[in-house]
Amino acid sequence: MKAIPLAYSVRNLWTRRLTTALTAGGMALVVFVFAAVLMLDAGLRAALVATGQPDNILVTRRASGTEIQSGIERNQAAIVETQPEIAVGPGGARMVSKETVVLIAQPKRDTGVATNITVRGLGEEGPALRPQVRITAGRMFRRGTTEIVVGASIAERFDGTGIGERLRFGGREWTVVGVFDGAGSGFDSEVWGDGEQMMQSFRRNAFSTVVARLADPASFDALKARLESDPRLTLDVKRERRFYEEQSEVLSNFIRILGITLSVIFSVGAMIGAMITMYASVANRTAEIGALRALGFRRGAILVAFLVEAVSLALLGWAVGLAAAMLMTLVRISTMNWQSFAELAFSFTLTPDIVAQSFAFALAMGLAGGVLPALRAARLKIVDALRAA
Amino acid sequence: MQFLKLVLRNSLRHKLRTGLTVLGLVVAILAFGLLQTVVDAWYAGAESAAPNRLVTRNAISLTFSMPLHYRDKIRGVDGVRTVGAANWFGGIYQDPKNFFPQFAIDPAPYFAMYPEYRVNDGELHAFLRDRKGAVIGRKLATTYGFKLGDTIPLQGTIYPGTWSFTVRAIYDGAEAKTDTSQMFFHWDYVNETVKAKTPRRADQVGVFVVQIDDPARSAEVSRAIDRQFVNSLAETLTETEKAFQLGFVAMTEAIVVAIRIVSFVVIFIILAVMANTMAMTARERLAEYATLKALGFGPGYVARLVFGESVAIAIIGAALGIAATFPVSAAFGAKMGTLFPVFEVSGATVALQIGCALVVGVAAALLPGRRAARVKIVDGLRAIG
Repeated sequence: MKAIPLAYSVRNLWTRRLTTALTAGGMALVVFVFAAVLMLDAGLRAALVATGQPDNILVTRRASGTEIQSGIERNQAAIVETQPEIAVGPGGARMVSKETVVLIAQPKRDTGVATNITVRGLGEEGPALRPQVRITAGRMFRRGTTEIVVGASIAERFDGTGIGERLRFGGREWTVVGVFDGAGSGFDSEVWGDGEQMMQSFRRNAFSTVVARLADPASFDALKARLESDPRLTLDVKRERRFYEEQSEVLSNFIRILGITLSVIFSVGAMIGAMITMYASVANRTAEIGALRALGFRRGAILVAFLVEAVSLALLGWAVGLAAAMLMTLVRISTMNWQSFAELAFSFTLTPDIVAQSFAFALAMGLAGGVLPALRAARLKIVDALRAA
Repeated sequence: MQFLKLVLRNSLRHKLRTGLTVLGLVVAILAFGLLQTVVDAWYAGAESAAPNRLVTRNAISLTFSMPLHYRDKIRGVDGVRTVGAANWFGGIYQDPKNFFPQFAIDPAPYFAMYPEYRVNDGELHAFLRDRKGAVIGRKLATTYGFKLGDTIPLQGTIYPGTWSFTVRAIYDGAEAKTDTSQMFFHWDYVNETVKAKTPRRADQVGVFVVQIDDPARSAEVSRAIDRQFVNSLAETLTETEKAFQLGFVAMTEAIVVAIRIVSFVVIFIILAVMANTMAMTARERLAEYATLKALGFGPGYVARLVFGESVAIAIIGAALGIAATFPVSAAFGAKMGTLFPVFEVSGATVALQIGCALVVGVAAALLPGRRAARVKIVDGLRAIG
């Protein structure tokens, strides 16, 4: 079967530029929304997955769900610390950080509205357990003082978080001595200080969580089983990465379900646009179709030519929409994570998967919008079509 | 009259195309209406806040509590009528997905301060007499099929352990915007249980709801309350209930802004579709427009024909879309259950829908209308579809 040259379909689009631009523009907007939503979700996941280290575990009070609600008494923390699976650092100390995690309300710089930010009081080995965190300005806090360091997103968005400035919470003044970069992780939205100092100021006797590094990541199941069945403890043991993934589940599901529902609804509009355009395209060229058939092109060839035209339209929309979505990677969004009840900043992240998914989505829109008009074109009888001129 | 007839006849010439355009409009207007309603639902808490209620909380953040004895000190502040303690309970009913708010409260003052929660006296007394009793909202009762006398088990997250409460009363909302997806039980009961298990965490209150005599004095009374606790271990922050609720909205502002932007994107999508329809229509009829002009009709009349047709299609689409918004949002709200306590299509949403449809109708006809008005008779008559 002889195929109609590709140029025929493409040049048809060029001839009716305004219509092409409007139809492809509608599709581009749909692709943009679709890709932007997936990018937002990918960014959120990336931030929270990056927060956890694969060989770290995080221990919380049973069924507490979040670090804020968790509480671990000193004796319980000591039992966790002495487990044989836990790695020993170069200095001979166990790689364990008993931490105090609280939320404080601070006004945002641009709006002045108070938002919850996470304050983490770290144990001795706390920074060593998070190798992804680097100090980018100033220096690390000193233990036993009221010095604090702030994450990059906090320094950017909140008042009173510059180096040398002071934050007041827990009845004391805390001096900011450094800014750290958490490599896009959730730590970027946190304030860090000495755990023991924080416990005193917040009048707490119990830690919030215990973070520890395993000497061998494979020993996790054995450790979890032992700790969770220990009658002295009422604790949950999770891999750190898994814990932070769970922290984002509600927000991530919300973004994805809302976003995909919207994209599908919007795509109905865009498909209708494509259908209108293609029907008009067929109607205007009835005589032409008759001529092509008379020249010996089969029905199948006509069908393909019109489908190619519709798909080209959709791919044009895809290219424009994705290009616009790429610009969104420059944007960083900050919102409250419902589960942890604290501020979390993350960016739009473009992954190869999203490029492929949006491509498939645009292709589907083009085919769905083009198939009925193309069938109509293919079904025309040669005589009727030629007479229409 | 003649003009309207012409416009209507014109719009029905390509039944398929007009039908598809109208369908696209219906989808777009419907999606826009739903998104606006979602945004409204976000603000529902702030909308139903009363001007004479203040909320006092720990100044550090909401996750810190205040000692119980603050209640008496607050009650002593000039201008304060009633004070009630309230604690966010954060329990899980069977699965974390089944989210609904639970509060441990001082029952007597609380229901006096919230007249919009309507409980009949008999049920309220039954609740007051039963220390393990609970009051639940009508929407919550319907969502999970709770009846009077049922036991609701909750897995505590903030207060460890498994708790069970007996439904003693069901409240209705005074208005459609009242949140009836909440559950209330006795603060005293929770506190006593906590005292037995972890005495250190007992006698601590999350927030105090304060009713004042004169809403105009809210700022002054707020400051007076906070002044009582300056330099104490738990300094307080008092604000109006509305400001308190808006604080929650502000924390998730980025999401609200995104939804708002997206809701206008759909309008642009349909504008592109509509403009395309009108452009094709006008292009096909250039010969007719030239004929009309040759017969003596002015360019204004021809342009009005194009605008009339565009706006007519937009209005039909909008009318159907708005009509569909109500049943669809009711179904959506029911599906979301207690996640969106209040899900009502507001008058402002409908007005916005109409406004957007008119803008789409007019904007879509701008270029084609200009082209039709400017076409030269000779060129137009020469033009072939």
